[in-house]
Amino acid sequence: MEKELRLMKGNEAIAEAAIRAGVDGYFGYPITPQSEILEYLMEANPFESTGMVVLQAESEVAAINMVYGGAGCGKKVMTSSSSPGISLKQEGISYIAGAELPCLIVNVVRAGPGLGTIQPAQSDYFQSVKGGGHGDYHLIVLAPASVQDMADFVELSFDLAFKYRNPVLILSDGAIGQMMEKVYLKPRKPRATQFPAWATTGKPESRKRNIITSLDLDPNGQEEFNHRLQAKYAEISKNEVRFEEFQCEDAEYLLVAYGTSARVCQKSVQIARDNGIRAGLLRPITLFPFPSKRISEIGSRVKGILSVEMSAGQMVEDVMLAVNGKVPVKHFGRMGGIVTTPEEVVEKLKLFFIGG
Amino acid sequence: MKEATGLKEIIKPENLAYRRSEVLVDNTLSYCPGCGHGTTHRILAELIEELGLQSHTIGISPVGCSVLLYHYLDVDIQQAAHGRAPALATAIKRLLPDRFVFTYQGDGDLAAIGTAETIHACNRGENILIIFVNNGIYGMTGGQMAPTTLSGMKSSTSPLGRDVRTMGNPLKMTDIVATLQGTYYVTRQSVHTPANVRKTKKAMRKAIEYQKLNRGTCFIEVVSNCPSGWKMTPVESNKWMEANMFPFYPLGDLKTPAE
Repeated sequence: MEKELRLMKGNEAIAEAAIRAGVDGYFGYPITPQSEILEYLMEANPFESTGMVVLQAESEVAAINMVYGGAGCGKKVMTSSSSPGISLKQEGISYIAGAELPCLIVNVVRAGPGLGTIQPAQSDYFQSVKGGGHGDYHLIVLAPASVQDMADFVELSFDLAFKYRNPVLILSDGAIGQMMEKVYLKPRKPRATQFPAWATTGKPESRKRNIITSLDLDPNGQEEFNHRLQAKYAEISKNEVRFEEFQCEDAEYLLVAYGTSARVCQKSVQIARDNGIRAGLLRPITLFPFPSKRISEIGSRVKGILSVEMSAGQMVEDVMLAVNGKVPVKHFGRMGGIVTTPEEVVEKLKLFFIGG
Repeated sequence: MKEATGLKEIIKPENLAYRRSEVLVDNTLSYCPGCGHGTTHRILAELIEELGLQSHTIGISPVGCSVLLYHYLDVDIQQAAHGRAPALATAIKRLLPDRFVFTYQGDGDLAAIGTAETIHACNRGENILIIFVNNGIYGMTGGQMAPTTLSGMKSSTSPLGRDVRTMGNPLKMTDIVATLQGTYYVTRQSVHTPANVRKTKKAMRKAIEYQKLNRGTCFIEVVSNCPSGWKMTPVESNKWMEANMFPFYPLGDLKTPAE
């Protein structure tokens, strides 16, 4: 079957891709700017066609715990929300990480703190890549920059989640969730009929009972488990770094930006080059694991790095750690739901590194 | 020697009036002597065995004294965050509709932090069994006031007795869920006498049968004692429970199917 071309919102693309990827269950709660995901799924009613369960939960807290339950049965399950709702889910996400359950969480980020505004932002970077809830853990974090990415990352997320028994977060934002673009959709895959050996599906006589838990009261056992988790994150960091480079070959100045900011910065690179400034862009696709090695390599041959994010400067800390003082690193970004313009980025590049 | 031979004569399979259920794992229980959790576990294990459900059961343990339920029942079990068991059960049952799915929760877990999950799972009529062990206190954390702590009852966070004017009134969660459209069978039982054990087992058997028929949420409260939390002997605690808990939490069915 051919890929199908459609014009869709980013949120709709995620929903449709989930049905086509053979997802078993979606559990959500309405919040702007991502409610289209739940709305689209309710309208599509995939339970009739694929058997996919779609449920509107009583809260974000309940939704993430439904994901825990479904993931514990070895099913492909997901939830989505926007920033304040993701904060509510953090307890559940920590439990999911602690019980090593595969699942997909989508955050269509809006500006905060608090209720903030419904406009796009990238101010949930720390919460996404550093853990978010209690305890030492990491999510695998993917940052889409287009509606196509929104669709493609659903299947990729489940592949990674099941490969490592680890929750995956798609860190999108209100711009990518709401904007419409053309998107190629893959043909529908059947839902899985085989489940992992660790899943709680009812204990046959042939095996011991399966237990899904994040509890180990013995500190030695708990420390051993933590070492095992850290080893898993090291393995993920070794194997799963993804990024994209744009005119980095001869760049004297490097922009680092993800998601919506990466799209803005592509234009900034063009404008800078039209003005005789050789700029390049590195777009991290995975924010955890972070492309530190590549940023360090490019960093060693450029005059300055500008980290561009719609926040007060969060990813910039990881960029600084990557280059470890070898090259000056600056941050620029608008906040409060305002999308940075390409011209502003070039102005800041000049101001910080070139003068005038 | 003679005595040993005599015992051997007596302990023969055909003479056994009671044995440990095969679904009950031979682990040392973490419960205090005299506590009702052990008996409630046994009833559940016996029914899973008798009804041949071991390979089709998925249980959910709470946060509280029964957090380690998976050490004692030989079935697949998920351990939930505090209060969230009905949310897990919702997804599990929807994704695996032919399995027997139950939650096992205490009063803090179910009636305080998990109030929303409890009410909404029951209101949606999720086809699950909720077992609610109510001893009016937070046992595991050391005897703090629970939503179900009686008026005037002492606990480590109501050392002068629960003053309902400032601490709120004891919550009758079972009465609340009985009013919801989604619940099918709601009952309140106890396990402090052999007669009550039999009644609880009968109620639980009914609830399991109803789940097979997709009838909606079944909710069984087990009013229980907490000798350690109440600072009483097991015998005293059972007497106190009869005298004080039962008048406020009367035993019996709150909602029965109209059949």
